Amino acid sequence: MRVRFQRWGLAAFVLCSSVASLGAQTVAITGGKVFPVSGPPIENGTVLIRDGKIVSVGADVAIPSGARRIDATGKWVTPGLINSSTSLGVVEIGAVAGTRDNAARGRDNIAAAFQVWEGINPASVLFPPAREEGVTNAVLLPQGGLVAGQAAIITLLEGTVSDMVLRAPVAMVGEVGDAQSAGVSSRGEVLMRLRELLEDSRIYARRRGDFERAQTRPFAASRLDLEAMQPVLDGRLPLLVAVDRASDIDATLALAKEFGIRVMIGSGAEAWQVADRLAAAKVPVLTGAMNNIPGSFSSLGARQENAALLRKAGVQVAIIGNAGGGSDDSFNAQNVKYEAGNAVAYGMTWDDALRAITLTPAELFGVSARIGSLQAGRDANVVVWSGDPFEFATRAEHVLIRGKELETKSRQELLIERYRTLPPAYTTPTTPKP
Amino acid sequence: MRFTLAALAIAASACAPAQATQSPAPKASVTPADTGAPGRGALSAPNADPFPSTYRPFPSRPTVIRNVNLLTAAGPMIRGGAILLRDGRIAAVGATVDAPADAIVIDGAGKYVTPGIIDTHSHVGAGGAPGDAGANTNDVNEATNPSTPYVWVEHSVWPQDAQFPRELAGGVTTLQVLPGSANLIGGRSVVLKVVPSRSAQGMKYPGAKYGLKMACGENPKRVYASRGPSTRMGNVAGYRAAWIEAERYRRRWDKWTADHKGEPPTRDLGMETLAEVLRGNILVHNHCYRADEMVQMMDIAHEFGYKIRSFHHGVEAYKIADLLARDSISASIWADWGAFKLEAADAVTANLALVFKAGARAIVHSDDATGSQHLNQEAAKGMAAGNRIGVTVTEEDAVKWITINPAWALGIDDRTGSLEVGKSADVVLWSGDPFSVYTRSEKVWVDGAMLFDRLDPAQRWRTDFELGFVPEQVGGAR
Repeated sequence: MRVRFQRWGLAAFVLCSSVASLGAQTVAITGGKVFPVSGPPIENGTVLIRDGKIVSVGADVAIPSGARRIDATGKWVTPGLINSSTSLGVVEIGAVAGTRDNAARGRDNIAAAFQVWEGINPASVLFPPAREEGVTNAVLLPQGGLVAGQAAIITLLEGTVSDMVLRAPVAMVGEVGDAQSAGVSSRGEVLMRLRELLEDSRIYARRRGDFERAQTRPFAASRLDLEAMQPVLDGRLPLLVAVDRASDIDATLALAKEFGIRVMIGSGAEAWQVADRLAAAKVPVLTGAMNNIPGSFSSLGARQENAALLRKAGVQVAIIGNAGGGSDDSFNAQNVKYEAGNAVAYGMTWDDALRAITLTPAELFGVSARIGSLQAGRDANVVVWSGDPFEFATRAEHVLIRGKELETKSRQELLIERYRTLPPAYTTPTTPKP
Repeated sequence: MRFTLAALAIAASACAPAQATQSPAPKASVTPADTGAPGRGALSAPNADPFPSTYRPFPSRPTVIRNVNLLTAAGPMIRGGAILLRDGRIAAVGATVDAPADAIVIDGAGKYVTPGIIDTHSHVGAGGAPGDAGANTNDVNEATNPSTPYVWVEHSVWPQDAQFPRELAGGVTTLQVLPGSANLIGGRSVVLKVVPSRSAQGMKYPGAKYGLKMACGENPKRVYASRGPSTRMGNVAGYRAAWIEAERYRRRWDKWTADHKGEPPTRDLGMETLAEVLRGNILVHNHCYRADEMVQMMDIAHEFGYKIRSFHHGVEAYKIADLLARDSISASIWADWGAFKLEAADAVTANLALVFKAGARAIVHSDDATGSQHLNQEAAKGMAAGNRIGVTVTEEDAVKWITINPAWALGIDDRTGSLEVGKSADVVLWSGDPFSVYTRSEKVWVDGAMLFDRLDPAQRWRTDFELGFVPEQVGGAR
């Protein structure tokens, strides 16, 4: 075998595949144990797909002749998974600044107008591994500052940025508990600045004309940021607040009430301590199931049972995390299924855990009419698993995105192909045995 | 086991000595008092042990776990077998064992037993939690000089780090704590038992050799960009300069130790550590991501006549797995970290399996106190990644990645890391198959003493830090 030092022709591939995906077809996934998530599991069920959409799901589904059949006998069939906290496509190599597009400088640590999805690189080599292992949709979260910017939910298809964006914005991302990140000196100051921003955004909306004529006092944020905050103020866009300490969560709930805005809690290490209040306020939590380290004075109560305890109290929970700790979230976006499995090990029901990485995030981010469940009319984002999707030994045997299986090899696969049997050019002696 | 000061006092005074012997004391024939010669601290003696382990096994009762699946790391799985822990050791293991009359008998139906997990790459204790700015719990990198062989990481270890009990709850019974990777030569590591103690000495694994932390690539050249080394060639020049000086130091001291002629040479803490590497008394643990850099480091080891015991973080180990096998170098690697910097960009999740297939020792390490608690899961990921590409890895193989192989890397495979008669009773009882995501450790024994019991949260180990700061019922147990 000759060593071929090809350049990764991914960008070209993307265009080809995109064009190819226009030719739709009918696909029937038959014989599997189907988990619609929106309803009870169906033994020996069929998922019928046409033109990239699910047309029917059930035990007695007539399969049109000519349909491509995927035999899922003995397999488990679920909606494509959603990882609700990633920087997929906006961070390629964490330490290489030129490949990092998930944070904005903003003005005075406010970057409400920042639209993180504008920086997506559809050719990112991190998309194929996530997709191959069952993640079909991901939420991109901007990071840093007092207000980090606007999040998006994308589909992991091959295409342009606008092809990939399913809905944007889906949330405004802010800080409550971390004064350092917000660029101020204390918790009270974080809240003070947030209040100032919300108040000024409200006043700005009433006085746009005066603002343009420079007949207002200076506002706490730029025109673009004040505009971007309007959907938050009128309740159309949730404010996703990264916060861990129980008292900071309470402060977030109070802020939401004061301004009549919708909030979500992200991270929420100590959320279990205020689970009843979160449930009463109908405020959802995005959290993991692996963290039990008092890593900061804001997360002294971190525990792996957090997600399960919240769920027991009736809080909507989306599970996030890479089930390993430490490494870049993009490289391991596919591991969210193992985080869900760990949530089960620490008390969550299996059904709730699957929901927490499918339908619940779809609901939270306003796309449940498109993704997150196997129902007629939904995007045909479907995974056929060799077994329980949360188990390490299980494989995602078929991953359909809008009815199509994508064949692009991941960079990891290309490296393995090269090295599992050394090419002759690489077998020359490198170091002599001493 | 209740973790009270009283219990600790009993443990320290009443127990039989640890089964493992301590490092040999320096055989200095010069006695300071009668000759007026310099004190022990002035001499650079091989295997000196100025901070000796004070660890003693905790009180234990004979314990039998029966009707359990044993992944021994020393042979095929024993299904429905039994194991006897007595006097801190594994007294019997097999299809059945004779239970002494006074033994605690645990029925392990549906459960699994493995050796205690061993992590070759930890910073727990040295990089303590919480890690807030200003908490000053980060004592990992002495980033003041590119070569700091004179620092010993045990002097950074805070035994009250709340991460220790969580490690134990994850089934980890032995940790190597390493200095960080800012420096070409980062200093001495320390091997710890994961047990409560008031001092680092009380956790030190008796008789375990020290390690030397070295680091390749991006980190040293980034940290020292302004003063140098600022390039990979600068890194290599730095290692070689250090070994040249160390070799001269070793010769001078070995000569003096042999003949005691004249004044002893001046003692130098850093050179002493490096000389001990050259004498084979300290094991080299080399942080190195890229295949080409690992090959460079192998040549440097050949040039100066030392051995690299383990490459750490070698995300490209699969590219040189044959060379690792040839030189008997283990690979301490992750299941799936990558992409956080360019030298980690060629990470593949089949790394462990490909290293294993080539006949080199694969080790799952963590470098992370969360990952360290789930090394069984990390091994499961690596096993699955191998099987996915047709490299068959069995549970019997994968368990070695987190037990006997890391024990070998730390030079303690003769006393722990597998379920074999005579070895330390460092043992984990799992609620099910340890490679299932749903399985959790249930009980953990260190030298035969049950130090963690998930079913008895009231007895769990809480560090001094946790009292009052961390809510009750939080930590390893539920």
